[in-house]
Amino acid sequence: MSLCTAFFLGGCSDILLFNPKGPIGDAERFVIIVSIALMLIVVIPVFIMVFLFPRKYRASNIKATYMPNWSRSGKIELVIWLVPTIIITVLGILIWNTTHRLDPYKPIDTGVKPISIEVVSLDWKWLFIYPDQNIATVNQLVFPANVPLSFRITSDTVMTSFFIPQLGSQIYAMAGMQTRLHLLADEPGVYAGQNQQLSGRGYADMNFKAIAASREEYEAWVQKVKQSADKLDLARYEKLQKPSSDYPVSHFSSVKPDLFVYIMRKYNETMDMNPGAMNEESGTMHIKTGALEGS
Amino acid sequence: MFGKLGLSAIPYHDPIVMGAVGGSILLAVVILALITYYRKWTILWKEWLTSVDHKRIGIMYIILALVMMLRGLSDAVMIRSQQALAAGMSHGFLPPDHFNQVFSAHGTIMIIFVAMPFMVGLMNIVIPLQIGARDVAFPFLNSVSLWLTTAAALLVMVSLGVGEFSKAGWSGYAPLTELKYSPGTGVDYWIWAFQIAGVGSLMTSINFLVTILKMRAPGMTLMRMPIFVWTVLCTAVLMVLSFPVLTVALAMLTLDRYLGMHFFTNSLGGNMMMYANLFWIWGHPEVYIVVLPAFGIFSEVVATFSGKPLFGYTSMVFATIAIMVLSFSVWLHHFFTMGASPNVNIFFGITTMIIAVPTGVKVFNWLFTMYRGRIRFTTPMFWTLGFIMTFTIGGMTGVLLASPPADYVLHNSLFLIAHFHTMLITGSLFGYLAGYAYWFPKAIGFTLNEKWGKRTFWSWLIGFCLAFIPLYVLGLMGMPRRMVHYDNLAWQPYLIIAAGGLAVILIGVLCQTIQLVVSIKERHTARDLTGDPWDGRTLEWTMASPPAVYNFATTPEVHGIDAFTDMKEKGIAHQKPDRYHDIHMPKNTASGFVNGILSFIFGFAMVWYIWWLAAISALGMLVAVIIRSADDDTEYTVPAAEVERIENLHYRELATAAAMSRPTGD
Repeated sequence: MSLCTAFFLGGCSDILLFNPKGPIGDAERFVIIVSIALMLIVVIPVFIMVFLFPRKYRASNIKATYMPNWSRSGKIELVIWLVPTIIITVLGILIWNTTHRLDPYKPIDTGVKPISIEVVSLDWKWLFIYPDQNIATVNQLVFPANVPLSFRITSDTVMTSFFIPQLGSQIYAMAGMQTRLHLLADEPGVYAGQNQQLSGRGYADMNFKAIAASREEYEAWVQKVKQSADKLDLARYEKLQKPSSDYPVSHFSSVKPDLFVYIMRKYNETMDMNPGAMNEESGTMHIKTGALEGS
Repeated sequence: MFGKLGLSAIPYHDPIVMGAVGGSILLAVVILALITYYRKWTILWKEWLTSVDHKRIGIMYIILALVMMLRGLSDAVMIRSQQALAAGMSHGFLPPDHFNQVFSAHGTIMIIFVAMPFMVGLMNIVIPLQIGARDVAFPFLNSVSLWLTTAAALLVMVSLGVGEFSKAGWSGYAPLTELKYSPGTGVDYWIWAFQIAGVGSLMTSINFLVTILKMRAPGMTLMRMPIFVWTVLCTAVLMVLSFPVLTVALAMLTLDRYLGMHFFTNSLGGNMMMYANLFWIWGHPEVYIVVLPAFGIFSEVVATFSGKPLFGYTSMVFATIAIMVLSFSVWLHHFFTMGASPNVNIFFGITTMIIAVPTGVKVFNWLFTMYRGRIRFTTPMFWTLGFIMTFTIGGMTGVLLASPPADYVLHNSLFLIAHFHTMLITGSLFGYLAGYAYWFPKAIGFTLNEKWGKRTFWSWLIGFCLAFIPLYVLGLMGMPRRMVHYDNLAWQPYLIIAAGGLAVILIGVLCQTIQLVVSIKERHTARDLTGDPWDGRTLEWTMASPPAVYNFATTPEVHGIDAFTDMKEKGIAHQKPDRYHDIHMPKNTASGFVNGILSFIFGFAMVWYIWWLAAISALGMLVAVIIRSADDDTEYTVPAAEVERIENLHYRELATAAAMSRPTGD
């Protein structure tokens, strides 16, 4: 924390990626810091040499040794090939391990049953469907802290990227396909959520609040949403998906069954009715197109 | 009759656009008027526009790059000032539709119409001279390449006033670029500008590949080539292999947009992920295409001004080849967040990181070239030192982004923007500006003013740091790229600093303009009489500045890596040959220029769906090529007596220079 304040004006809390609120973001911060530290082994000597050599061997310093034909040295060349190779090998091992561990498709195992959330990116707003609660919201994501979140993500428009910086990993949302993401917030709070991939005129407005609440607050919020007069049936969805910016936060007390699959099927007629099933074990091919499944 | 084109295509209502259009037109009118006033049309046509001389083509490429850089910088000014203003309740001065065009044009222009022509221009001027050749392998093709690139640049400029430019970013990701989501003409302008320039680049690469492989002076084995030639050879290989992929990807997108096909659409079997793959299979090598020759320039500069051969030549060659090969195996790192499995991401992450090894070796080689040298701090050397410092930071952030877990949070953030601007500005542009200062006397005949050159350097370096270090921080603060406005007020101070940094860069551009003007005024005192103003090490410094049209009166023989240093040490530099021979040179031709004009008309007609015009111009190009192919009279002879006269002029200059330097001694 103090290190962070020393480096940046304004202080640590604004440097979202160094101020993560969940295990995924935390591990990703670790990767960033360790990688930089390892690379400084090469970068610092380069910085010293780039100041030292020109100073010492400036033409006006005739006392310095001048070797006009010296252009090779087996020892130096061995070192300059070997040291970067060793560092990259260490970094390679690091990313081998962390990429597997931080696979966005990999469920977070805390012993607590995860909450399933279906995310649909629309022009230019986010629709969140809670299939188990049969509710939905627009531009507001509420969930309990310390409970794993299991996202299925698709798009009913162009490619976008679903990202809550303080919780960690982002992933693309693409029409006719679903991507997976697992996150967890380990303390209550309101975190910024955003689209990280240019998607047209309203791209900069595709923000939402990700609210990590206590278990009780979350349950109360679900009940409140269930009281909403607004229901997300097909007609309502057709209206919702029309392009619009700055869409107000909206709550839907019920959702058309399998709306998420319906949205994918608009683009991909062969899409399986339960497209998430094959993705539960990670490590195999993540993205499955309808064409592949149909065959 | 005119397809989709009507008077409504001109954005009269937008004062910013109309101002830019008015300014551009005014500038063009002033230039045309000046040419007319000084009666330079004949010279312009006979000696420049129709020229097939690689040196002139190189100069024209660089002029194109510098002009387009002004346009790209204007876009940068709009981006930086919009983002400095548009925080919280303020929405700045640009609506999203306009802002999206501005950054799309900025990226397209800076890569395709600044970096590429600047690089190809320097290649053109230097490569034949460094390998001891009279011209490139296909001089006419070279002219066609130049005019195709110019036509494409003109197409981008025209989009400013007629219709619109793409709003989908310079990488044009599908399905945003599909007709459904981008119904206007903007994406079409972007497609055709890319396509036409891409064909030009492909022909350039074939030309230089053949030139380097087939036209080297006797004795210049591959492992004796100057390192700049090596880097250009590797770049040419990358271009030959990667540009066709871009051409095909864009052709498929064109079919989607024009004929309703479904390569990259959301539905009916289209696959947008395929577009991202194809685009970056070109796009990532493209980064190395524009950076490798810059590495070559830095290598030449650092060896010359340290008064030593390049340290670890063999290492440098293999490092360059390693980068060339690896650059085709890393494209997926542009979309780690697309949902590929960890193993796929790890493969591409590690291949990307491996590139850091040969690149690191290069950095150390430059450093050890300076070690125990006699370093002269000229402007090109300043660019090189500034490059090594900033590029090391860029390399570090690059390796960081190559790590999938780090990329999961840094992807598409301003951290990424800061990273690739570090690579492209300090890696490529600083290299080209070093090359510009280094080879200017060779191409034009007098040296550039050093004082203004160093002011240019300091403004660029300081401006660069101020403009991009805040962007690294903003990326860590979670700010995405391409935001027309934002609600997080904590971002604004950094964006204001970044805008200030751009202002300092603009001072650098001003300094460079002043440098050119001052240098032209001082040209008589700064005349390069010897043709070797820097105590150079390679063949281009053996001849007069600017070189005679045939470059080498007699073909040089090469005995080592630093061929000219070798000659100077043996005391055989500037030796008069026993006798001169007739030299056959290619004749100038209007065919390249005509092809450029026709391809511009073709591109414009395709953008606006004016089919008859597109057909006529396409047919015209075909006819122009057939006429040119049927022309047997494409060469002329410079008689031996004329060669002798020209060479004696240079020997007299050499004698004058020797006489001038004698009184002061050394």
